[in-house]
Amino acid sequence: MEYSERLQNVTVIGAAGKMGSGILLLTAIEMADLSLKPENKNRQFILNAMDVSDEALSGLMKYLRAQVLKAAEKKAVQLRSVYADRTDLIDNEEIIREYVNDVVAIVRPTTLIESAYNSTLIFEAIKEDPALKVKIFSQINQNSTKSPWFYTNTSSIPISKIDKEANLGGRILGVHFYNPPAIQKLVEIIKGENTLQELVDFANLYSKNLRKIVVPSHDFAGFIGNGHFMRDAIHGIREAEALQSKYSFAESIYIMNKISQDYLIRPMGIFQLIDYVGIDVCQYIMSVMNPYLPNEDLHSDLLDKILASGVRGGQNSDGSQKDGFLKYEKGKVVAAYDINTKSYAPIAEFQSKCDDSLGKVPASILPWKAVVGNPKKDDLFKAYFTELNQTVSFGAELAKKYALRSREIGLNLVKDKVAFTENDVNTVLLTGFFHAYGPINNYLD
Amino acid sequence: MTKLRRKVYMIAGYNTISMGTGRKEFHPKKERPGLEEYIKEAGQAVLQMIGGAKNVDESVIGNFIAARFNRQANMAGFVPFIDEGLKYKPAIRVEGACGTGALALVTGIKSILAETAEVVLVLGVEVQNTVKAIYGADILAAAGWAKERKDGHAYFFPGKFSDRSKAYAERFDKEKTRQAMAKWFQNAIENARLCPTAQEYHNTTKDLIACGMLNPNPKGFVDSLNVFDCSKVSDGASAIAIVSEEGLIRCGISKNDAIEIMGFGQAEGDITQTPADLTQLDTTKAAVQKAFESAGVTKEQIATVECHDCFTIAGIMATEAIGFAEHGKGIDFVLEGNTARDGKVPFNTTGGLIGWGHPTGATGVHQAVTIWEQLTGKAALNQIEIKPERPYALSINMGGDDKTLVSIVYKKA
Ligand SMILES: NC(=O)c1ccc[n+]([C@@H]2O[C@H](COP(=O)([O-])OP(=O)(O)OC[C@H]3O[C@@H](n4cnc5c(N)ncnc54)[C@H](O)[C@@H]3O)[C@@H](O)[C@H]2O)c1
Repeated sequence: MEYSERLQNVTVIGAAGKMGSGILLLTAIEMADLSLKPENKNRQFILNAMDVSDEALSGLMKYLRAQVLKAAEKKAVQLRSVYADRTDLIDNEEIIREYVNDVVAIVRPTTLIESAYNSTLIFEAIKEDPALKVKIFSQINQNSTKSPWFYTNTSSIPISKIDKEANLGGRILGVHFYNPPAIQKLVEIIKGENTLQELVDFANLYSKNLRKIVVPSHDFAGFIGNGHFMRDAIHGIREAEALQSKYSFAESIYIMNKISQDYLIRPMGIFQLIDYVGIDVCQYIMSVMNPYLPNEDLHSDLLDKILASGVRGGQNSDGSQKDGFLKYEKGKVVAAYDINTKSYAPIAEFQSKCDDSLGKVPASILPWKAVVGNPKKDDLFKAYFTELNQTVSFGAELAKKYALRSREIGLNLVKDKVAFTENDVNTVLLTGFFHAYGPINNYLD
Repeated sequence: MTKLRRKVYMIAGYNTISMGTGRKEFHPKKERPGLEEYIKEAGQAVLQMIGGAKNVDESVIGNFIAARFNRQANMAGFVPFIDEGLKYKPAIRVEGACGTGALALVTGIKSILAETAEVVLVLGVEVQNTVKAIYGADILAAAGWAKERKDGHAYFFPGKFSDRSKAYAERFDKEKTRQAMAKWFQNAIENARLCPTAQEYHNTTKDLIACGMLNPNPKGFVDSLNVFDCSKVSDGASAIAIVSEEGLIRCGISKNDAIEIMGFGQAEGDITQTPADLTQLDTTKAAVQKAFESAGVTKEQIATVECHDCFTIAGIMATEAIGFAEHGKGIDFVLEGNTARDGKVPFNTTGGLIGWGHPTGATGVHQAVTIWEQLTGKAALNQIEIKPERPYALSINMGGDDKTLVSIVYKKA
């Protein structure tokens, strides 16, 4: 089955979710582009957008239309040649509108799982529930005559386990997009023990056509991205807990968030990132990963406690940030949560005290924004970390420890055969987490 | 055309800000002034300088295509909105794509020559930031032949001038053409930085030449131009009064504050025809020659030029159409610095279309205002020295791809 044939009938399960909607958008555009090629004129392309929520599916179609419109406006130059023989379409506006209609026409919103029975390719992005995923995969597999391929977006469940339990005969591959899929460049591809090579080759080609950066990962719970992120988060949490002998809870959260953002020159501090992903999601991913890690405990009582107090993080449906460890106003961090008082303490009240106790900041420090696109950033980081290394202050100590731990996590991912290479680890952090430098570096040597 | 049968002057020029990307005040999602506000601001400013609406006999308003950018036609109806005193006086709207502004000027000049008016208020206006650039390209494509639109580029006019720059570069010198285009961009921005109403007034880019040298991106834009080669999308209005000797007295303006129209040339190309030679602006050349003949001057007597640099390559080709450089040598002329503000003949001293901005229907009027400022010593930081042996200024305003052309020769009154 060649590339466009495989993509003639596709289903995205969980299509109205955060990840599903992005995968649907990208796939709809890819399929529409194929359908508009002269050689595919007489072929039907069908993309089922399957989700259990009717309401969410209506919202999805609006989102899809708006996003395809944006994409079409960006590629109007190419679209003019795609529709060159359509004499009725003259202005960009007419061409763009036609393209949006063509993309949307491929997509069939549905709440019926049966619609997947005719698909040759299934993308799955339902919630991270191993039993549910297995149940859905085996149901489709048993009822379909197409021997479909299953691409799961799981963040932490081993692919081989799903394969065995759902009895898929190697027709499953981890195709792990990052949030939001339409924007994030990274896709981790995870082969299970018995995954057929064809699935990998196709996924590579598909990702390439979507202009994604592919990093292969071993089939180990958490893969590279969460393998690093979850441990990095645990480090930040433990450090914050240790600080509580001298600082309040809110102050400790503020300090470690600042260290991991400003001192490490990252796009977000660790607690902001946990809030962004969702405290519940982090807790859940850790719980899925932990049983596979006999020599470490990837668990945080603090996360349990904070969730029990009703604080969850995550995003509102309009994409704005919900309050979590930190409180946000117009996207800016304004307060930190105090588990003891169960309320938010304004950062302005303790910021200068905390900053003073962190001590002297290296003069060569730069905000992430200023370095991330800088072609000379390697030199800037060398200079900064050399200075950080020589700085004697509480803040510098915390930052060095943090950076070294992040590196150790990265190196262990290679040693423990999660990542194939050190470079893959760095690529994941650079492209999936927007870090400006890879964790495996020798800046602090 | 021969000498004008009557003396014609321009006085009391005014430009609004050229609004669009680059200005600090500009935000695509924030509300902005519309046609009404721009027309009123520019019109009232001129009326104030010439003693009020009572002194005006008639008005001309230039606008390219508000019918599509703003769902507005019948533009002459906005003239009395400027000032009640203009109610029931004649007003006319003229259109010639990006050459609209100078058509408005010429219409005013002709009224003075015909002695049907002694004072004409001339305005140009365009508000284009109402749609995204990709849709604006559809609207602006109306300046070309509609039957060519289907085969044209998504960015229709950049596509046209990309073809011109490609032909020019291939015929003469690829590297030098790119360098000259970058140099043109640098001159434009440096001039605009001195002019508070310019769209690029806030531009702080350090390495302008590096921007100008960027490789074009044919996938997202056109083959042979980068975005710095192109004038931006602008909102704005310009206005000026055109008066006779009697009109000057009526308005109480001294000749020290006036410039005289020494001659002008108009030329029209056939919109259904593609250019015979992509590397030349033939219609521009014809219009400039007529203007020189009408004024009885030569290029050696020109102190400064306002030319229609909708794209950097158009600026370079204009130097050849005027005769400052031979065919194919415009790139050297520009690279040697002749068109810079300290060069032999400073071009576009307030930034031109690339630096000051290009509110299409207003551009021709803006050119006249800049020349009025320069020749009467009102150009503030933009002021260049006007030497007695070269007292004249020249403007070239172009509609479409070298189709609707007006060139005017001016001198301090
Ligand atoms: N959110 C992230 O940052 C992220 C990143 C990478 C991977 N992932 C993974 O992607 C998957 C989806 O995560 P998400 O954040 O998009 O979740 P989500 O909760 O936003 O979306 C899940 C969607 O699945 C639907 N759904 C639930 N049960 C269903 C069923 N039985 N059949 C069909 N649809 C059903 C829900 O209605 C919802 O629309 C998870 O496996 C997660 O681990 C998430």
